[in-house]
Amino acid sequence: MSALLSSPILRRTLLALVLFVVSVFAIDLLSGFRQGQVASIAYLAIAAGGLTVLTGINGQLSLGHGAFMAVGAYTTALLLGRWENMPLLLLLLISIVVTMAVGAAVGVAAARLHGPYIAGATLALAIAVPALAIHFKDTLGGEPGLRVPTRDVPPLADDALFFLTGTDTGTMQWLATVSVACLIVTFLLLRNLSESRVGRRWRAVRDDPVAAQLAGIDLGRSRVLCFVVSTATAGLAGSLMAMITRIAAPSGFNLVLSLTLLMAVVLGGLGTLTGALIGAVLLSLLPTFVTNFGSGMGLSDLQAAELAPLVLGLTTMAVVLLAPAGLVGSLLRWRQQARLSRS
Amino acid sequence: MVGADAHRSVLSMDDITVRFGGVVALDDVSVEVRPREVLGVIGPNGAGKTTLFNVACGFVPPTLGRISFEGSDVTGWRPHQLVDHGVARSLQGLGLFDRLSVIDNVLVGADQHSRSGFFSSLLATPGGAKDQRQLTDRAMAVLDRLGIAERAGSVVGGLPYPLRKRVALARALVAEPKLLLLDEPASGLSETEMTELGDIIVDLADEISVMLVEHHMDLVMRVCHRLAVLDFGRKIASGTPDEVRNDPAVLEAYLGGALDDDGAATPQDAKGGSHA
Repeated sequence: MSALLSSPILRRTLLALVLFVVSVFAIDLLSGFRQGQVASIAYLAIAAGGLTVLTGINGQLSLGHGAFMAVGAYTTALLLGRWENMPLLLLLLISIVVTMAVGAAVGVAAARLHGPYIAGATLALAIAVPALAIHFKDTLGGEPGLRVPTRDVPPLADDALFFLTGTDTGTMQWLATVSVACLIVTFLLLRNLSESRVGRRWRAVRDDPVAAQLAGIDLGRSRVLCFVVSTATAGLAGSLMAMITRIAAPSGFNLVLSLTLLMAVVLGGLGTLTGALIGAVLLSLLPTFVTNFGSGMGLSDLQAAELAPLVLGLTTMAVVLLAPAGLVGSLLRWRQQARLSRS
Repeated sequence: MVGADAHRSVLSMDDITVRFGGVVALDDVSVEVRPREVLGVIGPNGAGKTTLFNVACGFVPPTLGRISFEGSDVTGWRPHQLVDHGVARSLQGLGLFDRLSVIDNVLVGADQHSRSGFFSSLLATPGGAKDQRQLTDRAMAVLDRLGIAERAGSVVGGLPYPLRKRVALARALVAEPKLLLLDEPASGLSETEMTELGDIIVDLADEISVMLVEHHMDLVMRVCHRLAVLDFGRKIASGTPDEVRNDPAVLEAYLGGALDDDGAATPQDAKGGSHA
């Protein structure tokens, strides 16, 4: 057992497994509405995790990750529209691969740009991709979008979950479980990458491209690789989002989604996966919480709804001013300082 | 001072000319670095030292001329190709990765020795982890040699300048280069630190070749086996420190007795030396 725990890889995998089992039980205890919230937090966190790797670790600022989520979502919608009983794993994999292909094409262009120019190019993408969906009405459904059929829980998974929880699995519970499993696997893999040689190269390229090049790192290849990894997570997130919201429509993938992802990453702490998760939780729960709080205080529905963006904006400003490294980033820094002053 | 294989040069730059638009930065300059030798490149400001350096490490392709490394033609190679073949360089501006720890900075320098690929990193395979451990051990050995092993975990951005210089040197050394290019390594160092740097360079020359561009004459005179003197983009002299010290052309270039910081190169020392 101690040998098992001494290897960081096995320890991490074991932790992931424990986390998954715990979340299966936790999801089972939640109401259908809460299960939906868990599912949407999970897909948002997956995309934010990919973005934090790209922006925080590799230094490429993407304002258009929502567009890559759209690619994943539309791929899923089109596939399910044709083969309704496609195995889930295959569906997710194809959505990821298609998004990665688009990501590779964009990444090759982005690798030649730097700083604000990548941001500009990806911003254009965030606007262009929903417009494409509107333009190709026949295949992509135009403004109303594509409906994503609801899928039954696969019998095998139903049995397995019954074995664990002793209850039958509802559709939303199944989707929430799948999303959380995807989140855990994604974060495990991203964590592996970030701590490996690959992650070190990405950070080196971020800190000083010229010196990285001198150290034998191919800048273009390193940047494109990071871009593709990051878009793979966005594709996965988009695919899950389509299944959870049961629709792939242009309005779901507007600029606000891209900026929400970026906000999650900045709030939580650029470059930390935990930060991306916390940011995603905050951005998913804060609006409903604030709106409910507003109505509870006697505001009209409209006023209560207007309260959410205000609070979100103020929170972001407060974090940027008081904890510029983000919530998790600042926490890490304080801990490091405390350790230094002790030694 | 140099071994029996002194005739084979590690790096040989032949008839290098570099023009930036109408400006001739280097005019028909030839230098060679022999095995386990420290070659110093000196000259007044604007003489073309840094340009020659940038040509040697692949940053600036020569307009004319030929560069060969260990006998093979490497003219026009990119910096990272040269790094792959055993040429390491420590930048004048250091070029450290400020938000990385000392050990990570050094590990980036050892990157091309790593065999773990993308998928072994993604899945964190035992083979990849073992590879990383070996590299880390090697990086720690280099840090130990330069006396900064206890700072391995510190973030480089917060370190004082002399320590940062050592990290830069460690990063160049961990790649186990055959040729180390040093651009003004002593700038900003105190007298003591410069002496320590000199000891390190002398120690290194037991194993590898070094090309050193430097302003500080006492350091150059102490550690270099041979010198090449540049002035206005031309090589005006070369030879052992003693030969160069007394070369009339060198004295001319350094008019005012600025050749040596402690005034060793006064005109009465001039007895003539070997011209290039």
